[in-house]
Parts: sequence; C-alpha cells; structure tokens
Amino acid sequence: MSMNTIKLVVFKRFERLWHWSQMALIFTLLFSGSAIYGVNPLMGFADAVTLHTWAAMILIVIWLFATFWLFTTGQWRHYLPTTKNFIEVARFYAYGIFKGEDHPYRKTYRRKHNPLQAMTYLLVKTVIFPAIWLSGIPYLLISFGIGGFLNDLGLGNIALVHTAAAIAITVFVIAHVYLLTTGHSFTEHVKPMITGYDDVELTDEELAYIKADEPGLLK
Amino acid sequence: MSYSHFANNFYRYLMHLLLLFIMCSCLSGAYASAPPLESKIEMGISEYSKTDQEHASKINQSAVQKESKSTTDHSQLKALKGPFFSGPEVTKACLECHNTAGHQFMKNKHWTWDYKHPKTGQHLGKSVLINNFCTNARGNEGMCAQCHAGYNMTDSDFDFTNQDNMDCLICHESTGTYYKTPTSAGNKACSVMFEGKPAIEWEKIAQSVQMPTRNNCGKCHFYGGGGDNVKHGDLSSVLFDPPKKVDVHMSKEGEDFTCVTCHVGEAHEWAGSRYEMTVNDEVGTGKPGMPRETASCESCHSASPHPINTVEGIKLNTHTSKVACETCHIPEIARGGVATEVDWDWRTMGKLKNGEGFKLKEYTQGDGHHRATYKSIKGSFTYAENLQPMYAWFDGTMNYTTIDTKFDPSKGPIDINSFSGSANDSASRIYPFKKMHTTQPYDKGNNTLVYMSLWGNDDSALWGNYDFGKSIAAGMKKNGIPYSGEWDYVETLSYWPVNHMVAPKEGAMECSECHAKGGRLDHLDDGSVYIPGTQKNEILNIIGLLAILGTLAGVLGHGALRIVVTRMRKK
Repeated sequence: MSMNTIKLVVFKRFERLWHWSQMALIFTLLFSGSAIYGVNPLMGFADAVTLHTWAAMILIVIWLFATFWLFTTGQWRHYLPTTKNFIEVARFYAYGIFKGEDHPYRKTYRRKHNPLQAMTYLLVKTVIFPAIWLSGIPYLLISFGIGGFLNDLGLGNIALVHTAAAIAITVFVIAHVYLLTTGHSFTEHVKPMITGYDDVELTDEELAYIKADEPGLLK
Repeated sequence: MSYSHFANNFYRYLMHLLLLFIMCSCLSGAYASAPPLESKIEMGISEYSKTDQEHASKINQSAVQKESKSTTDHSQLKALKGPFFSGPEVTKACLECHNTAGHQFMKNKHWTWDYKHPKTGQHLGKSVLINNFCTNARGNEGMCAQCHAGYNMTDSDFDFTNQDNMDCLICHESTGTYYKTPTSAGNKACSVMFEGKPAIEWEKIAQSVQMPTRNNCGKCHFYGGGGDNVKHGDLSSVLFDPPKKVDVHMSKEGEDFTCVTCHVGEAHEWAGSRYEMTVNDEVGTGKPGMPRETASCESCHSASPHPINTVEGIKLNTHTSKVACETCHIPEIARGGVATEVDWDWRTMGKLKNGEGFKLKEYTQGDGHHRATYKSIKGSFTYAENLQPMYAWFDGTMNYTTIDTKFDPSKGPIDINSFSGSANDSASRIYPFKKMHTTQPYDKGNNTLVYMSLWGNDDSALWGNYDFGKSIAAGMKKNGIPYSGEWDYVETLSYWPVNHMVAPKEGAMECSECHAKGGRLDHLDDGSVYIPGTQKNEILNIIGLLAILGTLAGVLGHGALRIVVTRMRKK
C-alpha cells in the first residue's frame, strides 16, 4: 500500500474557532479565577467575579456546540484511546527528542492526534472539563440564588473540586504549550490550527475518496 | 527563527504566568489615630466642661429646621398660652387635647425603663441593667433621669401611673433651649455643672412642639454612656448635621431623614430594639402602600436591593440571606470626627489634684475637640475613630448578665450582653458590632455584678467621695441586693450592634475586605460557611502549587536538556 503525504484540512473551520475561543476563554477564566481564589493581585474581586461568570457562560455555550459537533460529525473517534504507536511516541519524548530524531508520528486521515495526545485530550474531555463544569455550574446556580437544592453539597466542597480542576487545567495548559515546541518548529505546530491544513498520510484509497467526495479538503 | 529562540521566549512567558499564579496580596488596613499632644488638664469633675459646651452649641447652631406640615400650629393654641412654671403643668395642657397620649406613652420604654424580653424572659431595661460604662442607672436616678422622659424620677420608687410626670417636651420641643437638671442633689463638686443655666421659657418651648427631630432624640442618644458617642460608636453628635459620606440618610445632601423617619411607629411605640432586633427582615418593602412599623433596611430597600442587570448586583443580592446590610454599608464606626470609647478602666478612678477631681484631655478627635482620657470620677478611657467593627453571626436575640447572674471570673472577661446566632441558622446574619472592654468592680464573694451608688450628697456616693467599697455597699443595700462585703475588679465586654452612619454606596465595603486571605470575616470561615478568596484550604494550596511548579520544572528541565544536547551535537 503506497502512502501519499498530502496537505489536507484536518482542523475544520468550526474546530479552529472552537479551539481559539476556548483558549482565550480558558486564559480569561484562569486569570479571573485565580483572582477570585486570591492569588492574582492584578484584578479586583468584583471585576473578577463578573468576568469569570460571563466567560464561563460563553464557554458553556461553545462547549454545547462543540459536543454536538463532535458527535454528529464522528470526529469524536479521533479521541479514542489506542496503543498503536504509543510506545514509539512515549520513547520519542523521553529519549529520541534529545538525539535529534524526528517525531515518529504521522497524522493520518482517521487519527489526527498522536496516541499520547489523544489520551491526554480524552482525559481532559472526560475528567477535567466535566469536573470544572460539574462544580462550576452548581457554584453559579448557588451564586445566583437558584441553587438551593445544591446547598447540601456544601459550597466549600464544590469550590474545592472547582479549584482542583482549575489546577489540573493549568497543568494541562503548561504542558500543552510546551509540547508545541517539540516538533520541527513552533510555527509548524500552531499553523494547522490557524489555517486548518496539515500534512496527512493518506492511502491511495483515501486520496481517491477525498478527491471524489471531499475535494474541498484539499489545498 | 531558531527553535531555541522560540523556546526561550516561551519559558519567559511561562515564568510570567507562574509568577501571576503564585503572587499573593496582603491587604492591611491602617487607621489613622490622633497624634499625641501635650497633656490638657482641666480641674473639676463637671461632665459639661467649657470645651464640651462650646462643642455642643456649635452643633445645635448647625441643626436644621424644616417647615412644619402639621395641620395644627401649636403656637396659636389657647391651652398653650400659659403661664407655666414647671414641666408637669405643660404636660397637663398637652394631655387635655391629646387625651390618649398618656395611656399610650405609659407603655413606652422611654417612660418605663423596663423591658420583659419576649424570647429569653429576662427582665431588662435601664431601671435594672448594669452596663460597662457608668454601670447602673438604678439608685442613681437623680443624675441619670435627666434622660428619662419624665419629671421627678428621684429614685427607684417612681410612680409610673402619674401621667402628669410625663415629659412631652424632651421629645417634642423644637427650640433647642430645653434642658433638664438632676432631680436630686449630688455632691457639691458635681452640682456646679448645672449652675448658671438660663431660665427655661416654658411657654415658648410648649408652643414649639412638633414631631421629634434629631435634636430631641440626639440629646440623649448621641451622648449615651456619659458623653458624645461614648457608648454606641454609630450614634454621635455628627448626626446632627452629618456630611453625606458619614450618613447618606441623615445628611442634608442626602435624604435629610430624622430619626423617626426610620424608627416609625404608632401610638407612642416605635420600631427598633437592641434587646430583640430584627436582623432578617424577609418581608422587605411589603405590598405597595402597606405601612410597616419596622426599622429595618429591608423595609425600604427590600431584601434584593442591588441592581439585577449586573453580575455583581445579582451576586450582592444573594449575600443578603447571610450578611446584614450594615456589614457592608457601615464599613467603619465613629466616623465624621467624633470618637467612641473602646476601653474604660475604672481602676484608676479617684486620683485627685490638691484634693480636687480633674480631667485629663489627651485625645484629640477628628473634629479637633479634646476628649478626656482620664476623669477622677470615672477612671481611664481609650478612644477609637474610623474603627472597623467586630463581626459575628447574630439572630437578633440579646442575653444579659444582670445583677442576679452568677459568673466565674476566672473564665476571662464577662459578657455584659451576649448574643446567639450561627451560620446554620437561616434567621442569623453576619452582623457588625462595636465591642466595649471595661475593667469594673464586682462582688468578689457572690461572683455577681454590683449596683454602685454614684450620685448623691451623702458620703457613699462615688462621685465626690471616690470610695468603691462604700459606694458598692450603699448601692447594693439601697436595692436590697445581697452583698458579700468584698469587691474586686473584673473585665467585662459588651456588644453594640451597628446600624447607623450608613455610607453612600460609593463608601460601601469593597469585596476584597472579606474575600481575601486574612479578610474581615476570616474568623467566621471555620468550615460552617465558605468565603471565596480566603484560601483557607492549606492542603489544596500546597498541592496546587506543587502541581504547577512541578509541571513547570518538568517542562523547563525537558526543554533545557533538549537545548544542551542539541548544542553538544552541533559541536
């Protein structure tokens, strides 16, 4: 089976919009959230609460769209955990990268993330983000005086989960940004999320299918 | 651009991010106190010294007189033409037309000095209570009854059924020239303070009657505890004409309210009690046009007073089920230049100069007036201005240490009054208080407070004789209270709920006063309530810091190693 390396749209317009608005909102939420927690002296408490609340509500809406999009387009399959190439990628980050080796993973039509990446994103989507929402939404409801039924949970416990999840998100952001520097260049990693195009290994059959049915994906 | 250049930029960026996360702010409020000055000694023990009187007259001059909207011009009434030679004669004239007023007022605390607490069943009121200021009015009526809304209360055996002894004028006259003097003779040294006063023009005063103004109420209530703002901290002569930033309601630039605008009532009974307070008024404004006899903030402002078109407003409205309005809207007490007493030490009472009592005026308050830090008849005082209140959960019910309450003096300061309330009680609110600390005499044998004989022209009255032993023995005997014969000093605390001197909204407390590490409500964040921003969870703080620093160290180490090995390879 011969492989073709083709520039192809891997991040659809919605996905890019989602990613960057989510990025901006997460930074906003971390900035304002840390002010509410009391460790960011650059913002007053009242302003921080206002900003945090609005940013959270916008992100909830984006998330609703994103979840719908992931499931209706079948894109959720990119996040399924896989052992294929897992060892190779892990070995690269632990060892090969220091020897100047190339990244062993090549994007394919069905897997645009490397296995470590996919596993991390899955963890973020199924554990960390749900934790932030499952604590954040009750917090918001109690804040707005309509969460009486949640009072038994205790605002302290809700806040504890929320803060712990926020710390996990901070850790993810740090690692995520750092990993952008690990390929050939930083721009090479960021560019696909801006233009949508990246080099993808396609089989002849996939290429033929795309040419026939999805010509818009090709440059 | 080279890869390492990019990496370096990113490390710098990450470090900034890290710094942002781990920086902590320490907010500390420092309150200006008056500078020390040369000692000012004033001989004599008069409570109305020259400087005090000048101060008071300045205040009365600035008082506002509004045009009366009453349908009766009392100056035109035949019944008030006089001549009158005494208060009771005027009262008789009043009651001839206002023929139910006497029966109404007979039930009023200003007349009875008596209160039966509906919840605790305690027998309270000025006639029996002991406070930690001048201590007891009981037995000292000769002096203290200057603030009784009646005439001729000379001792504890007053006839509370004789309506002629009611004092209508103290609450209703509007000339500002009316005054009262002690109803019995005190020690010679004390009596001088009431000499040389201008004669009362009874007819003019009787004809001036109107609804009570702040001058009527303030004459007594602003001077509780024996001087301007001594007792409450939020009730001072500043309120005769306060700037807007001191009191948004009473200021001429604000609403220009009188006391009775809020302390509404019918039939000579009005709203507002410090024995049983309304701290959780959930009725709020009531239905349109519905009269509410409640002196609560909510009765005008509702329990959701903040604008609901902002996140902040919505958020503030949900505070009202936990936090009293006063907590945020009266950020400091004793504002506007008049100090309040926070500590009274009776132990130093009785020092004389050449056999004569004196005052030492070493505290200069914000308005420039000198306040006595020592008085021979009372001991030593500590003052405070722009004072941050104390905060506690409060359900409105006060409990008192009365003359018959036994306590254990070894267990630390005695609460003259204590209150109930908790985070788990939906009727409680976080409430501001002025805390008063005093060292005062008690019955060492019986472990109770004492009644002292302060006023009189005999050799037992403290004021003039300066002998605690004699004063206590006489005070206890006069009232038939068992006394062991032994006395000592005990520390006491009293708590005064803060309700007045509401600042305009620009002057309300900032969120960060409480929502910060070591904030004002830090002591209440004990697991029973969660206050965001106080960072009470140390374990979470440590885990969070370790996780973020660990990750940063991990990526920085990984990146540094990459740079090093890349360079080595190039060589």
